[in-house]
Amino acid sequence: MVRFAGDSGDGMQLTGGQFTLTTALAENDLATFPDFPAEIRAPAGTTYGVSAFQINFGARRIKTAGDEPDVLVAMNPAALKVNLKDLKEGGLVILDTGSFTERNLQKAGYEKNPLEDETLAPYRPVKIDISRLTLEAVKEFGLSQKEALRCKNLWTLGLIYWMYGRDRKATTAWLEQKFAKRPELAKSNIAAMDAGHAFGETAEMPAEIGGFTIGEADIEPGLYRTVTGSEALAWGLVAGAKLAGLKLTFASYPITPASTLLHTLAKLKAYDVVTFQAEDEIAAVCAAIGASYAGTLGVTSSSGPGLALKMEAIGLAISVELPLVIVNSQRAGPSTGMPTKTEQSDLFQAVWGRNADSPVAVVASRSSSDCFDVAIEAVRLATKYMTPVILLTDGYIANASEPWRLPDADTFEPMPVVFRTDPEGFHPFLRDEKTLARAWAVPGTPGLEHRVGGLEKDYDSGHISYDPVNHQRMTNVRAEKIQGIARDIPPQAVELGEAKGKLAVVGWGSTYGPIDRAVARARQDGADVAHIHVRHIWPLPANLKALLESFDKVLVAEMNNGQLATLLRSQYQLPIESLSKVSGQPFRISEIEAAIRRALEN
Amino acid sequence: MNVTTPLEKLTPKDFTSDQEVRWCPGCGDYAILKAVQKTMPELGLKRENIVFVSGIGCSSRFPYYMETYGFHTIHGRAPAFATGVKLANPELSVWVVTGDGDGLSIGGNHLLHILRRNVDVQILLFNNEIYGLTKGQYSPTSRIGTRSPSTPGGSIDNPLSPTEFALGAGARFVARGIDTQQKHLPDLFLRAHAHKGASFIEIFQNCIVYNDAVFEDFTAKPVADERQIHVEHGKPLRFGKDGQHGLRLKPQSLALEVVTVGENGVTEADLLVHDETSRPLANLLAAMQPPDFPMAIGILYCNPTESYTEKVQRQVEDAKAKTKAAPGDINALLRSGHTWEVTD
Repeated sequence: MVRFAGDSGDGMQLTGGQFTLTTALAENDLATFPDFPAEIRAPAGTTYGVSAFQINFGARRIKTAGDEPDVLVAMNPAALKVNLKDLKEGGLVILDTGSFTERNLQKAGYEKNPLEDETLAPYRPVKIDISRLTLEAVKEFGLSQKEALRCKNLWTLGLIYWMYGRDRKATTAWLEQKFAKRPELAKSNIAAMDAGHAFGETAEMPAEIGGFTIGEADIEPGLYRTVTGSEALAWGLVAGAKLAGLKLTFASYPITPASTLLHTLAKLKAYDVVTFQAEDEIAAVCAAIGASYAGTLGVTSSSGPGLALKMEAIGLAISVELPLVIVNSQRAGPSTGMPTKTEQSDLFQAVWGRNADSPVAVVASRSSSDCFDVAIEAVRLATKYMTPVILLTDGYIANASEPWRLPDADTFEPMPVVFRTDPEGFHPFLRDEKTLARAWAVPGTPGLEHRVGGLEKDYDSGHISYDPVNHQRMTNVRAEKIQGIARDIPPQAVELGEAKGKLAVVGWGSTYGPIDRAVARARQDGADVAHIHVRHIWPLPANLKALLESFDKVLVAEMNNGQLATLLRSQYQLPIESLSKVSGQPFRISEIEAAIRRALEN
Repeated sequence: MNVTTPLEKLTPKDFTSDQEVRWCPGCGDYAILKAVQKTMPELGLKRENIVFVSGIGCSSRFPYYMETYGFHTIHGRAPAFATGVKLANPELSVWVVTGDGDGLSIGGNHLLHILRRNVDVQILLFNNEIYGLTKGQYSPTSRIGTRSPSTPGGSIDNPLSPTEFALGAGARFVARGIDTQQKHLPDLFLRAHAHKGASFIEIFQNCIVYNDAVFEDFTAKPVADERQIHVEHGKPLRFGKDGQHGLRLKPQSLALEVVTVGENGVTEADLLVHDETSRPLANLLAAMQPPDFPMAIGILYCNPTESYTEKVQRQVEDAKAKTKAAPGDINALLRSGHTWEVTD
């Protein structure tokens, strides 16, 4: 596991992205964790401007970005200061000595130079003046000093490529394409990478570094690519709309970490996608509802604070019973919180966060590639049940990339929407007996002219109604419709382990990887523990209660203060334990392993 | 021999829904509803292709009374819903009905942006200078000193001018009408419908319960001729019982002045001629307030350009024309980046 850390202007995310691609090409399995500051260009050299990219790869299945890096690349003192504590004892730390100037040390808050005292004693430091070597490598291209130093990340990447025996071709091709208009930049970056690689080969490096060979993981055969959560979500929405036979109208307002979904979809206009950057969060959801009203699939997207602003409009979509998909890329809160840090603390907001009794369906994706399937599922539920569906993902999933075995879209089950066209006996709240979904009658259909709105309507005519008995009936039917979805979703499966036993660790969303690894390790040690991961948050799968009852203990691990645990307790009256972490960082495998041990000891 | 049956012409009654109208007796909204229903058959559209979208407030009950498609949404957000409707189906004729509270207070942001973007919809803002549905609080267009339950000592904040707001937001069609002028309103609605892009009409509407007679200073019969100027493109800006008054530009200060033709050597040649494509003139006309100036009624500004909706469609069509993949080929989409094969 390698972590690249440097200034937010040092190109660490780019370096990590290239290493990810190359690692995937070498048929290792991998998982990544980009961790960057909220400031676009935080002051150079400061600890709060440090940007990091972590990649875990190997010959076995990789499900998390890893706990403790084996290798840390620190491009400046601040990066060292922020990241050193995570490095495995005895781990390798590659340092750019050229950046350890007095001024940079001071900015990072080091009183003494850590290269000269005991700071690095527990680790294996490799001190290289990367700044100087990079400048030398790109001298012939006549770049400014500033531009030349920007090639430092590629020099380092070249060295890491040498360490793991990686091929440089993919990155070379990528650089040539990226800098097609400025060939001198392409050449100098390639030269820097080659120089870093050559340095590994020729310099007298400590014997133990270099020449790592990581075997090919036992990966299912097929066609693969790397994918981030935002990409998989965008493609899943496009695929879902196509399977439903609808055009897609995506309306959103920029917010970290949800904006990448808007960016991805904005490039997919050829797939009958209209994207709309609205004036605010409220306008975005309202435009999406308007688009659904007019017969396309309306989708909006945001993060926690934006979802809060959209809630009144979601209530209208519940009341007029129109399909709508709301993607929420959760982030640390409350309020603005930590926009670039991950959290799962919007479960309550999604399930219960509206005025009145206003149920919606809620689904959650567990990983980047899983976003594709969950997006299609959200479209299916929204159109079949004429309801808003909130899709929960988070900042970690949105940005992290993982290899994805590409499905064959031709094998997907079509789920075509049938609009109402028959005026005979029509009123807008005529329900399907089985799903309880109302008829979808779109403007432009002759003979079905009708009015809908947020006022309560009569069950039998769809007209405005203040009748007390009717309001009770409508409230009930809205709830029954959503609860009925439980009959139309797969029963809850057990991810790992038996369907009964001493302990079940229950998770949802992006905690999938660490829970799975922790349960696997505990099981290797002989522990009687299983992993259950919930995709359908609301309504819950019909068999979940019975499944949980078949365990002596249930532990819910989540990155909030116990929201799913509370939900499950309220629904099932079971003594459910909670493992919560709200630090803006994903769970470590070891944290969950320790919790499993504690639960089994007591 | 082919026989083509001409489309049967619809009547105002065809646009009247079966819902009982529930505005207060004597409300100006009745007159506007009647004028809209009178206009609809003249549009030459089928009922199913017309959508009325509203927010919350007295005016926003409007869609329930129209036998078209209708969407009564949430407070202030009708422009955003209407934008979504047009994005989904640009062929629909979309009408937004809003009020001074709905459109300019809670929904000011959305009104600003739908006008700026030039989404192809018609916006009818019923201005009664009061909150009716919530029982009479002052609104953002209420004049200073308006006494209401929330301002017992009189309101102290400056009112907003809807037409000046619309012009400031970049609207390309800005007009004014009065609820009682049944002959004039349908003309405005027809012109608004013909205009490609966002068209904005402020309609002075009397609230008989909470703000009765607030527009009497320029609508009352004895003063109407002297306090209203009906502007028409290409015609001199004249008003008054016998058209004796006119508007002249003071070149030194770029301000308007009221003059009387035949007095102090003023002839019709001195008067401004209305040019509805002139934004500076529209701004001057919109800013006029009685009693010093007449209230400008009619189409203050009409200067069309390509609408947002047309541009959105064009980008989609361009993208489709450029793409090499078959339309909707999801496999091609998923495989559009770097892929690799894993074998046994």
